[in-house]
Formats: sequence, C-alpha cells, structure tokens
Amino acid sequence: MPAAEVSVTHAARQSPDTCAIEVRGLCKSFGEVKALIGVDLDVQRGTVLGLLGPNGAGKTTLVRILTTLLKPDSGRANVLGLDVVKDAARLRSEIGLAGQYAAVDENLTGLENLTMVGRLYGDSRAGAKARAQELLARFDLTEAARRPTKTYSGGMRRRLDLAAALVAKPPLLFLDEPTTGLDPRSRLDLWTVIEELVAEGRTALLTTQYLDEADRLADTIAVTDHGRVIASGTPDELKDRIGGERLEVRIEDGGDLQAAANALAPLSDEPPTLDGELVRVNVRQRRGSIVEAVRRLSEAGIGVDDLLLRRPTLDDVFIALTGHAAETSPERADAKSEGTERAGRLRDRRGAGGRR
Amino acid sequence: MRRAISDTLVIAERNLIRLPRAPELLIAFTVQPIMFVLLFRYVFGGAISTPGFSYVDFLIPGIIVQNIAFGGFVTAIGLNEDVHRGLIDRFRSLPMARSAVLAGRTLSDIATNCLSIAILLCTGLIIGFKFSASVPEIIGGIGLLLLFGYAFSWFFAFVGLLVSTPESANSVGFILIFPLTFISSAFVPVQSMPSVLRAFAKVNPFTITVDAMRHLWVGAPAGGYVWQAVLWAGGIMVIFALLAVARYQRATGG
Repeated sequence: MPAAEVSVTHAARQSPDTCAIEVRGLCKSFGEVKALIGVDLDVQRGTVLGLLGPNGAGKTTLVRILTTLLKPDSGRANVLGLDVVKDAARLRSEIGLAGQYAAVDENLTGLENLTMVGRLYGDSRAGAKARAQELLARFDLTEAARRPTKTYSGGMRRRLDLAAALVAKPPLLFLDEPTTGLDPRSRLDLWTVIEELVAEGRTALLTTQYLDEADRLADTIAVTDHGRVIASGTPDELKDRIGGERLEVRIEDGGDLQAAANALAPLSDEPPTLDGELVRVNVRQRRGSIVEAVRRLSEAGIGVDDLLLRRPTLDDVFIALTGHAAETSPERADAKSEGTERAGRLRDRRGAGGRR
Repeated sequence: MRRAISDTLVIAERNLIRLPRAPELLIAFTVQPIMFVLLFRYVFGGAISTPGFSYVDFLIPGIIVQNIAFGGFVTAIGLNEDVHRGLIDRFRSLPMARSAVLAGRTLSDIATNCLSIAILLCTGLIIGFKFSASVPEIIGGIGLLLLFGYAFSWFFAFVGLLVSTPESANSVGFILIFPLTFISSAFVPVQSMPSVLRAFAKVNPFTITVDAMRHLWVGAPAGGYVWQAVLWAGGIMVIFALLAVARYQRATGG
C-alpha cells in the first residue's frame, strides 16, 4: 500500500466520524470455548484491516458478529455508526459478506445466484438481473453465467461469491478468508480484484491465515490468537516492533548447522534459530554484519550456500507474537506447534519464488 | 409484510429452479411412487381383502397420503445443505425477511406436492381408480392432501435442521414416518391387524387422514374424519413450525 494512504489512516484516527468499525470489549463463548475474549478494534473508513491469525483464533466469530449473524455475549460493536445488535436490520443493507465457504447455490447458475441475491435486497426482477449481468461481466464470469455453479472452478466460485457481496454496492465489505484453499494463480487474480474494489474507496475487513495476503492487501493488521487481538498496526509498524534486521545463512549440504549457529551467536543478543539448512540471527546492527558473518563462518570452516540480510517479515512478527502467547499458557503447547507449522509452510512457499 | 411475501416467493422459486438439476430428487417423487402403486395394485393387492371397495379404489387415497407425507423430505435435505454450505449465512446477512428461508422452503414443497399428487392420480386413473365424489369433494380432498403435506414439510424442516448431514436427514425422516404410514389404514383395513396394532392404527393420524380421503373421494362413511384430519394436520404444522423456527434460530446463532 502506498505510504500516503497509511498516513491518512493515522490522521483520521482523531475523528470518530471516520470510523467504519469500532469494537470494544467484545466477548463470545460457545459453551466452554471462549472464541473472543475482550476484542477491541478500529477500522477507518476507506482502509483495509487485515485480521490475521491461525485457525481457531476467533476471526470468523468476529466477522459473524460484525455482519449480524451472531450476537455477542458482551461488549459492543458499531459498524458504519450502527450497533450490530440493535440496528442489525438496517446494517444488513450497508454491508457485503463474502465467506470462506463460497456461499453460492451449486444448482443455480451464476446469473440466477446473483439475481436471487439482488431480489432479496428488494430489487425488482429486471433490476436484479441487470445488476447481476453487470457484476458477471466485471468478474469475468459472463461466459459461465448460464452454467450451474457446481461446474465452476474454485476461483470462479470465489469471484461469484465476491460478486454476490457487491450486489447492493455496499460501502463496507467483509471478506472471510477469501483465498483459503485456492491455487496460487487464482489467489493472485482474486487479490487484484480485491485491490480494485478497495481502490474505489470501499472499506474492507479481511481475515486471513496468510501473512503475504495481509501484507499485500491490508493497510492495518490486527494479529489475533486465542480470541484476543495481540498486536495491531501497519505492516511496517508491526515489523519495526520486533526490531532488528534478520540475517539468514544457508549452509552447504552436509554442513554442521550447530557449529554455524555457534559461530554466528556473537552477532546477536539472542541465540540463533535453526530451521532446516537455515540459520537465522537477529543481528544487533546492520552495518558490517555480512562481512563479520562471512569471516566467522569461514574461520569455523563452514561452507555457505546463500546469505541474506533482510528486514523482518510478517512471518517473523507472527512467530514472535504467537510464540509469546503460547509461552504464557502451557496448556496451549499444541496450538503453538500449529502456529509455527503454518508459518513454516508460508516460508516454504515464499522460499520457492522469492529467494535469490 | 409485503417484503416477507416477496422474499418467500424468491426463495421458493430458487428451490424449484434447482430441483430438476438434482435428478435423484426428481426420481424420488416421480418414478418411486408409481412403482409402489403398481406393486401394491398388482403384487399385494390380490391378497388384500377390502370389503365394499375394489383394491385400487382403496389403495389410491392411502398411497397418496403416504407420498404426500414424504414430500417434505426435499425440505429436510435442502435446509440441511443450506446450513452446511453457508447459504443460510448469506441469506441472513441480507436485509431480507427472516421468516422467508423456512417459509419459502416449505412453500416450494406445496408446488412439488401438487406435482406428486398429479402423477399419482394419473397413474391411479390409468390402472382403474374411479372417483365416486362430487367436484367439490375431489377438490376438498386435494386441499386436505396439500394441508397434510404442508404440515409434514415443517416436520421435515425440523429434522433437516436437527441432524448433521443430508443423508441422515433423509433416513431419520424415513425411519420415523415409514412405520406410521404402514400401521394405518393406508394399505390394508385396520380390522385385519392384531389388536395392539389395530388400537394404534385407529388413532394414528395417517388412518384418520386416509379415511377422510376415502370419504371425500370414494364415498366411504365419514364419521367426522375430515375435521379430525384437518385438526391433526393443523396441530402437526403448529408444533413442528415452532420447533423448526426455534431450531433455525439456534442453528444459525441468531
């Protein structure tokens, strides 16, 4: 996102009128399970908030409350100035929801699906059909308009679902894991679509498990875990929060990883972490650290495949934050391993395309 | 109110559009009942004694009542799918009448029940069924069938919201309703049953409705069955509509 937009976000924080979503102390339990534990959240008009967290973090519960599908146990939430409980009926005409399950009727065609949604917004049959055709054209579905949606690919269904959310031209969109389960090509397509929608001045709340998705689409990010927002800010703010530069060293096949870690340890205040053939070091200072690392490794007789100095990514933020959350409550050890495993998967995918 | 009606019609229309695209459902209501009619008429019918009536005249009102009770299983399966595929969430996020999802669902059953009555009546007339009734009685009988079918749509709506998969919605409905339809006067005279079954069969709403239909269509003695049948249908409808609405609200977190 352009820097200018980010600064607008910050300036806007002064005025309550510019708040599209305001959540205070929101709690929701399902029996014993506490899905939300006192969530606070602000989304400024015209911005995209990325709600980032693993499965079970409470993202979908929050979206369901904000879209009036679920009543909170306590706390309050205002969306576009309307209370999600008291003004639920009015609020429904102002929002669009695209869910992670791609809620379209499989036995209806794309055109029939969108026409039905339009009529349920109170539009006439002709009006709803015209709007449906407009949206199908926009989302590149005109050719498939008269086919039952069960014949659609995953990406086409998501686009149709998104189109259904846009039928009434809502100023605020909720996108609940819009690309989960899609192939990489379809994800990129959908990202472009979402960027266009936002560029038209819409506000959006996007939930995602994918760090790269949040990084690309969101102006601000709220990291959630175990029903709480554990950190929020712009992607840059979050990256700055966990501090310094990251040095990543890839050791030659068969190299001694532990020896490499020992050799690099003096560069940092924290012990290096090991991951496959990678040694990661949070270096104390950027200046000279590459030269220093190479010198120490060659003195220790360790061959290096690749060496990279980079700013922290959201991956690092995520691991740092969720790792911390797990340490404070031992019974959640399993949740921690799930979190790091996911981060690992993300790293692998990015590693394939992004590392030189 | 106008909004509630138009939303209900939109949902009902959607349910009807999708029906021919799920051929297994369509077969359930067209081919299967015809098979049963032929089976009872030509295989079992000769061995069943129905004093005062030819078996085909005895059978058709009974088997139509049985079929109409099952007409609502489309609702059970459809609602169950809608809940689990997130479509109900889509509907609930729209500024539409809340009542329209269930009302539209059961309303579309009326249309499919009309189709199923027409198919069975045609089959019956071809194999020798004869009305001995006035036109108002015939129409009254169709009205009673639709009311009875509508009541069972609410039963199936409740079942569809209660169970976890469309398959179990189907089998739960089947297991509960099927014995009720057989321990009734639908296929055999209740006098031929052992005393315990006969006692049950006599108070079974299926017997009452089937006897009411025989009164209306083939001139069997009435004994107040028509009003009792209407009351039963009304009672079943009210109870299961309340249960279904309560379950719908719980299932959808509203």
